[in-house]
Amino acid sequence: MGTYRIGIDVGGTHTDAVILDENNQVISETKSSTTVDVATGIYNAMHKVIASADVPREEIHYAMLGTTHCTNAIVERKGLNEIAVIRIGAPATLAVKPLTGVQDELREALGKYVYLVRGGHEFDGREIVSLDEEHLYQIANEIKGKVDSIAITSVFSPVSREHEERARKICTEILGDEISISLSSEIGSVGLLERENATILNASVIKVAKTAADGFIQALKNEGIHAKVFFGQNDGTLMSVEYAVKYPIFTIACGPTNSLRGASYLSDLTDAIVVDVGGTTSDVGILVNSFPRESSLAVEIGGARTNFRMPDLVSIGLGGGTIVRIEENGEFTIGPDSVGYRLPEEAMIFGGNTLTTTDVAVALGKVELGDQSNVAHLDKELLQRVYNKMVEMVEEAIDKMKVSANPMPVILVGGGSVLFPKELKGASGVFRPENSGVANAIGSAISQVSGQIEKIYLIDEIGRENALKAAKEEAMDVAINAGANKESLIIVDIEDVPLAYLPGNATRVRVKAAGELV
Amino acid sequence: MRIIGKQEIEDIAVGAALLGTGGGGDPYIGKLMALQAIEEFGPVTVLDPDEVPDDALVVPSSMMGAPTVMLEKIPSGEEAIEAFLKLEEYLGEKVYATFPIEAGGLNSMLPFALAARLGLPVVDADGMGRAFPELQMVTFYLDGISATPAVIADEKGNTALLSTIDNVWTERIARAATIQMGGSVMNAMYSMRGKNLKESGIPHILRLEEEIGKTIRLAKVNNVNAIHEVLKTVGGFELFQGKVTDINRKTEKGFAKGVAVFEGINEYKDETLKLRFQNEHLLAQTDKQLLCVTPDLIAVLDSETGIPITTEGIRYGSRCVVIGIPSHPKWRTEKGLETVGPRYFGYDVDYIPVEELANKGGEK
Repeated sequence: MGTYRIGIDVGGTHTDAVILDENNQVISETKSSTTVDVATGIYNAMHKVIASADVPREEIHYAMLGTTHCTNAIVERKGLNEIAVIRIGAPATLAVKPLTGVQDELREALGKYVYLVRGGHEFDGREIVSLDEEHLYQIANEIKGKVDSIAITSVFSPVSREHEERARKICTEILGDEISISLSSEIGSVGLLERENATILNASVIKVAKTAADGFIQALKNEGIHAKVFFGQNDGTLMSVEYAVKYPIFTIACGPTNSLRGASYLSDLTDAIVVDVGGTTSDVGILVNSFPRESSLAVEIGGARTNFRMPDLVSIGLGGGTIVRIEENGEFTIGPDSVGYRLPEEAMIFGGNTLTTTDVAVALGKVELGDQSNVAHLDKELLQRVYNKMVEMVEEAIDKMKVSANPMPVILVGGGSVLFPKELKGASGVFRPENSGVANAIGSAISQVSGQIEKIYLIDEIGRENALKAAKEEAMDVAINAGANKESLIIVDIEDVPLAYLPGNATRVRVKAAGELV
Repeated sequence: MRIIGKQEIEDIAVGAALLGTGGGGDPYIGKLMALQAIEEFGPVTVLDPDEVPDDALVVPSSMMGAPTVMLEKIPSGEEAIEAFLKLEEYLGEKVYATFPIEAGGLNSMLPFALAARLGLPVVDADGMGRAFPELQMVTFYLDGISATPAVIADEKGNTALLSTIDNVWTERIARAATIQMGGSVMNAMYSMRGKNLKESGIPHILRLEEEIGKTIRLAKVNNVNAIHEVLKTVGGFELFQGKVTDINRKTEKGFAKGVAVFEGINEYKDETLKLRFQNEHLLAQTDKQLLCVTPDLIAVLDSETGIPITTEGIRYGSRCVVIGIPSHPKWRTEKGLETVGPRYFGYDVDYIPVEELANKGGEK
């Protein structure tokens, strides 16, 4: 009896689905249009891929979903939870209140119940002041029946999470177990506002995530499939559905990450640049040890500055549907606008009237597609200059992602990857693996389960060895809770950075553990 | 006299990041503090130095300690007030106005947060005309103005009044107390008279910061080259256009030291620029020649937007334009160069003004 897995990835234009066997061989793949409500697109893709796979439904044991539900909900401010924001840190931090700097509309939606409570810690773990528990009881009683989700952020909780945990106990005591509680120490790292914003966003999309998860499970049941369900997260690993509805913020931007992971799997490369060429944009990322490198900069989501882990990406406005405009004086522009999913109607090679990057590549004989005679009359010398510019744009983006001038392998994936040549500047080799059109769905299906922690340790007190050991154990526990098999766990990333200006050799330690599905 | 509201704060923050020459901490938190204070207490009045009476007591408001701590343990806003009240109590006199100790990073913004809360005016002058890392690196020090009596204050309500024999002791005691107080404090140091500020300060620094910010903002709107416009605004020189090919950092005695290597692009093709920094950018040179050295200002700007890039923000592959700006003449004196010249920072080169170096390099 076989064990199959189904992977689905929701992108801006397409929803892709694949079914893999136990050796991760692609059994079937489909592309459908992404729908406005996201869910319909997922059901369509799922139905199509199952219908074309010809595998016994009871042998599909796992289902992985990478979805944009949460991102869309935040951007459109739809279906968000009614939340309370509790910051523990007064009298410190009052000079910048929660949600300062966040877009007005989002601030309005999420800032109805905001509280500042006395408490929090210093960088070395001492209390700034003791926690004002009475105030917390008062707040819990006040928000009873008004909110269904709470975001709690305490100063220096990456050093000591004691006050956040006490606050959670008090809230649960008064409001019961049904209330969702997001703790900042479980979501972000040092940098109060950014971590608080990420926690607030997490609290606000709990309901959206639950609805998406329930819908997905129900749709699988309707197809007669009883699989264990996982969600893709933005670090390229999976989390169990139970975990995903607690930490839905980690599903944001899982799409590009899935492409990177899929590219790594398909090409069998662990360290490489990945160029995912879509219809409108190309995302360029970098794989380090088979995982996407994380961005070190603050990331904005829906106008809120956050600091939680996100893949480091350069996005350029160049895809298969990007519009090319030729001016009378022989100059030209490339994009940034695109015909997007209307490529099959609008591109000249398909009988349309718009000159796209795909038309340019076909006219020059780089790709065989559509009707080349539609573009045969165009000035080849001019098109060659356009093509050179397209290649240059990609090469520049590749160069931006590299950490040194040494050439690196480049993997091209995505529907538009056929446009680009087999040699690129700065690349030690250019790889375009089979099935690369659905690399994202494959990435979603083959992912491991991971756990990550980031904390500050005082190395002078406990020693570096003990600090790393404690951090590793904690990361492994997180991975096991997220659904990983204990025996298969390995530490995939470890980083310790001494913090400047502080005594006691205060060091930020970040560890990630990953393992196979249970 | 003029009024500073939210848009002016946004512009000043960008200008401060440029004059901060890569250091001074992320002005982001300082900017949010200023914006919130203005939202709650109303706009801030800025005075020209000439509008300040000679005998008026003026005190800069600044932070000390680790910027990382301040990003997590944001001030309450009361610390700066407490520090001022304590100093007033000790001196038996009311503070007339505040001003920024440096133009750059966090400290360029903090006086606005305090001024809005207390209804104090801010004087358009500072003690550096840029950013520097040490207590004595202010033009006031050159004229023998003492940092003390000084007060440091934390958010818990603790204050410490320092009356010391010299600035070395001020630094030593204040640093030790800062750690115990939680790693970052607000302080009131270098209190002085209006006359002192007019003589020893660097005037019209806020106006310049605001102009820089506005220039970069409007360049985007009007679709003109932001860097050309900025060079006109600051009277600076383009030193190099390049791409970061290597960046090497280490933390040494609390300084982020290192060197960034830029490979030339456009008309600088086949040239290499080395940029040395210790918190701030201090020395820029190619294989052939020195281009700019402290105390003259070296700023790294994003080649597309003109937005200033901090030392932490320099990453492999970034395309940048490096510019040099003449420092204030006060720094170009013997004592000035002793305090902040290349040899103080351990670079074995003589100071040559950026305008001379630029002329020697010939026309680009």
